[in-house]
Amino acid sequence: MPMPATEIERMIKAKFPDATIQLKDLAGDNDHWAAHVVSAAFKGKSRVQQHQMVYDALGGRMGDVLHALQLTTAAATD
Amino acid sequence: MAQDTASDPVHQKIADTIAANDVVLFMKGTKQFPQCGFSATAAKILEHLGVQFKDVNVLDDQGVRDGIKAFSNWPTIPQLYIKGEFVGGCDIMREMYAAGELHDLICQKGIPHAHHHA
Repeated sequence: MPMPATEIERMIKAKFPDATIQLKDLAGDNDHWAAHVVSAAFKGKSRVQQHQMVYDALGGRMGDVLHALQLTTAAATD
Repeated sequence: MAQDTASDPVHQKIADTIAANDVVLFMKGTKQFPQCGFSATAAKILEHLGVQFKDVNVLDDQGVRDGIKAFSNWPTIPQLYIKGEFVGGCDIMREMYAAGELHDLICQKGIPHAHHHA
């Protein structure tokens, strides 16, 4: 059950309006994504917390309909 | 993490496992026969570091498979625990390993491991 990039991006943006999101379709199947998310909201958070925030933004889809999302996160620097 | 381990046998079982073992990897399959690419990567990283670890095959136990996600507030498998602390899943392990941070962490925690001089 693929989840399109636009939908992933929309959900993350809804939670973190300032986020810069780079999505890469790893397998060309609209189902295996790599995402790099940069947001000021991640400042002072551990990696685990940053990823939990993104999973939370995806509202339980991660590990379910969105089965492969390779995630990296970073705090915005300014 | 888990709020009421006492009232939930699955949470208690998970808590006992991570208390009894310094390094625990909850994975699909075993370290010898991983049954998912992400779990295979996670196991390989620990093997590269020369760390002894307890592998828990979540495919053997549906309760643990679901329970560990709630326990860690983490939606996917694999999951790594070091000294009772949730370290992360495959992506975080990969990132930390590449940055040398996973090696630093196991040193800090006093986990025996092979020393690599690359």
